Amino acid sequence: MYYLNRRQFLRSAYLVSLAGLLPSTNSWAYSNGNSDSSNNKLIVILLRGAVDGLSVVPPYADSLYYSLRPSIAVAKPGNNNGVLDLDGHFGMHPALEPLLPLWRSKGLAFVHASGSPDPTRSHFDAQDYMESGMPGVKMVSSGWLNRLVQEMPSNDSPVQALNLGAVLPRIFAGTGKVGSASRNLAENKLVLDRPIIADYFSQLYRDEGTDLGQAFAEGMSAHKTIENAMSEVENAPSTPTDVPNANSPNQSVSALVSEQKAASRGAPSPRNYGNFGNQLGKLMNHDPSIQIAFTDFGGWDTHVNQGNGNGQLANKLKPLATGLYELAYALGPLYSKTTIVVMSEFGRTVKENGNNGTDHGHGNVIWLMGGTIPGGKVYGRWSDLSPNNLYEGRDVPATTDFRDIICYILNNHLAVSKKSLANVFPDFTMSNRPLVIA
Amino acid sequence: MQNPSKLNSKRNKIIKKKCSLYRVAIFLLVSNLLIIIQNPGIAKSSPNKPSFSKQNKTLTGSASFRQVTDGDVCYLLNRMSFGPRPGDLQALKAMGIGNYINQQLNPKTIPEAQIISSFVSSDTDLTATPEDLFIAYGPPAVKAAVGASATITPDDKKEAQKMVRKEENQLNKKFAQLHIMRAQYSPKQLQEVMTDFWFNHFNIYGDKGLDRMWVGLYEDTAIRPYALGKFRDLLGATCHHSAMLFYLDNWQNSTPPHGGPLADGQNGNAPRGRFSGLNENYARELMELHTLGVDGGYDQQDVIQLAKILTGLGLPPRGRRAQVANIDPVMGDYFDEKRHDFSDKILLGHPIKGSGEDEVEKALDLLASRPATAHHIAYELAQYFVADKPPASLVDKLTARFQHSSGDIKAVLTELFTSNEFWDPRYRFAKYKNPFRYAVSVMRATNAQPSSYDAIMGFLRQQGMPIYGCVTPDGYKNTKEAWLNSDTLLKRIGFAAGIASGRMRNVCPEPPDYTVVGTVFGATLSPNTVRVITKAPDKIKLALLLGSPEFMLY
Repeated sequence: MYYLNRRQFLRSAYLVSLAGLLPSTNSWAYSNGNSDSSNNKLIVILLRGAVDGLSVVPPYADSLYYSLRPSIAVAKPGNNNGVLDLDGHFGMHPALEPLLPLWRSKGLAFVHASGSPDPTRSHFDAQDYMESGMPGVKMVSSGWLNRLVQEMPSNDSPVQALNLGAVLPRIFAGTGKVGSASRNLAENKLVLDRPIIADYFSQLYRDEGTDLGQAFAEGMSAHKTIENAMSEVENAPSTPTDVPNANSPNQSVSALVSEQKAASRGAPSPRNYGNFGNQLGKLMNHDPSIQIAFTDFGGWDTHVNQGNGNGQLANKLKPLATGLYELAYALGPLYSKTTIVVMSEFGRTVKENGNNGTDHGHGNVIWLMGGTIPGGKVYGRWSDLSPNNLYEGRDVPATTDFRDIICYILNNHLAVSKKSLANVFPDFTMSNRPLVIA
Repeated sequence: MQNPSKLNSKRNKIIKKKCSLYRVAIFLLVSNLLIIIQNPGIAKSSPNKPSFSKQNKTLTGSASFRQVTDGDVCYLLNRMSFGPRPGDLQALKAMGIGNYINQQLNPKTIPEAQIISSFVSSDTDLTATPEDLFIAYGPPAVKAAVGASATITPDDKKEAQKMVRKEENQLNKKFAQLHIMRAQYSPKQLQEVMTDFWFNHFNIYGDKGLDRMWVGLYEDTAIRPYALGKFRDLLGATCHHSAMLFYLDNWQNSTPPHGGPLADGQNGNAPRGRFSGLNENYARELMELHTLGVDGGYDQQDVIQLAKILTGLGLPPRGRRAQVANIDPVMGDYFDEKRHDFSDKILLGHPIKGSGEDEVEKALDLLASRPATAHHIAYELAQYFVADKPPASLVDKLTARFQHSSGDIKAVLTELFTSNEFWDPRYRFAKYKNPFRYAVSVMRATNAQPSSYDAIMGFLRQQGMPIYGCVTPDGYKNTKEAWLNSDTLLKRIGFAAGIASGRMRNVCPEPPDYTVVGTVFGATLSPNTVRVITKAPDKIKLALLLGSPEFMLY
């Protein structure tokens, strides 16, 4: 057991990223989804505001990328703040550097030109469709993640489905039970934590035959579970299990620790998104009954002064990437059983606008991380950025439906049957080949 | 049900806190006294509806309702208002149910609360026109803020936008506060309850573009004045208001240029430029949500026809505002004949000649008078006032009343409040308060006088019901299924405890005594709740009342 300061580990990870120190799909029995998937996990992260996919995964080898985006295109690999090459044609925004080890250990993939078939460029309509899982249909009362909860066999845990956030999102709306924990720890404290209050209110609500009584009991149960887990998570030091190092098996983590402990005096990196990666990863480690989790981040709507390899967007991508890395790390042995999906309601215009920014577009990138995805590739039905290949002559098209990708994951990784998939996404049929190399 | 002798023996068993228990005993006696006298038996529900004069459907006075119990009064207040305040039950009993309903149906006879009038007159923006606000907070304001320098960088623009947006947010917040204050303080409670109902029926999302500045005006000028009038007038007001024309995109709805083919026939979204084609969004919702209902007997062709009728009805053209006439001063809308499709149409089988702006009025006349519309509104009212799954007999009665009165909302409500179904014990205190209703009922029960509404708005956001925050056009629901979940229930209890302890200093710095708040329950507390509160330490009694299952229901 090695006790490692989280920040120091990050530094050491950057240094030894080539060594693939991270949990790697080579390290564990690679799961093609058919082995025991009864406790596989799904984490969905929604970036609200339409993050610019062309900056997340720039097609740097396409000259049109630079001619259409003179001030906001990310420089070619090798340049200062240039893309991190992925496969010779696509690169990754330099702010996503923390994810590079995941890419190299084949635990990260991108699906470009993906999204919703609905043409709306309204944030709230598009988010609504991405969460309801029925693009184009207004006023669907439930979210697809809740319908998934209803389809999965219950493990009787009040946190089998967990929302990490202050308000229950649309994607989780429905009759399936969802537990809630705020990323802001203080918000998780309830007046009902006080024993006298809990005692008397429990007596008021003791009739579990009523809807209110039942809701109260479930709430108290979920709350206790989360409280216990959260306090352990915050109090315990980072405890990586002994991670086999694919490239340098002799280099132990503890050696790195002492090396970095000596060198580092570092201040914590800016955590715009709080501690979500650590929180969620450790929470799930602490309580294996958590099977489906969701969280979201806003602030991606870069109409003005988007920046390129650095700047406004880069400053937002950096802590997100750090958080995702921390999540992967904190999941520890669960990482191999977890799939993380990052999506956004639509992408942004290919051509930059008059304010050094971008406007609402259509197709975007969906990020996939985890132990069972076929990582290390950029997928998508992609040609290039010439106008006749663009949606309405202006946007990256959405040639892969987001539901296709999710169905692929649900079917292969969570062993959700085709019949159940039809309940999760009514009016949708999974295609034969959702993931095509771009 | 406890009787006095039982209470005494209980008191004798408990040695300490004689004083507080004595107070509890008095409190229980007072609140349950009438029940003991009138209805020995279950305190919670009255087996009979108060009888009333059936000869005509207008309420002529206290003689109209006989044998009224405390439970009846408490129930009526809970449904007709946002929750009783201490003293309301007694006042209503003294006034008589018939008189009360009559008065509430005629809000012009009730003077407005001073605290509301003062707030409204504290900022002229609150009573401005859409045009005024557009100039003060829209693109003209940004332009003015940027200035006229030769070199304007994108950063300058961004700074100006940020500044204007900040002021716009403050205005939006003021309107949101006014919305809460009206529900909380207005003596015209039924008007507020109906404004809430109609706003959700004709919902607008208050965070979309121009509606950030217009949504409050929309409520005050297009909804509230018509909330207890004729449905056709209300429909017309919402149809003409800039806020609606913006929200559902009708301002972009135009006939394709040069009589060409529909820009995007089926989908209705203009793909190239804003005014180059038909936009069906408003036409569809006008039929599906505002009038006929989703099964109301219209098809895609009707949607297209109605969209054509509505072409040109939108916002004044930017940059030419000063030059165009007939911008409605109150509603802010403008009919642009150049963007109107003048072909003859057929809507729901009825021909409508392509004559221009009055086509819209003819279409609205047609939609408002359809039986499907009567049924749709009747169902929603029955759900809002009686039960989540309203009894068909009531829906039918209200539908008939709607039709016979040509959509007279007062007549329909009179029918509702005098119906057997409304007074049926099954439906009493069985509706679950949505977060807005819960928060307002807590403030009314405690006579709270907030110095700031931040905490209330924060609570509503946390509960998933921010003011003007319903994204979809169908509006916020009022059913238990939509709102009851374990997480938000526990957070409501936290809110109740926060108010009760005095911790929420900006909302209720000195919470009232629990006995005072207890009177708003009439005699509707269950024996279990009474017992638990009796036993509880004094300092949490108020929290228990405000967070009780009974207070979650109405």
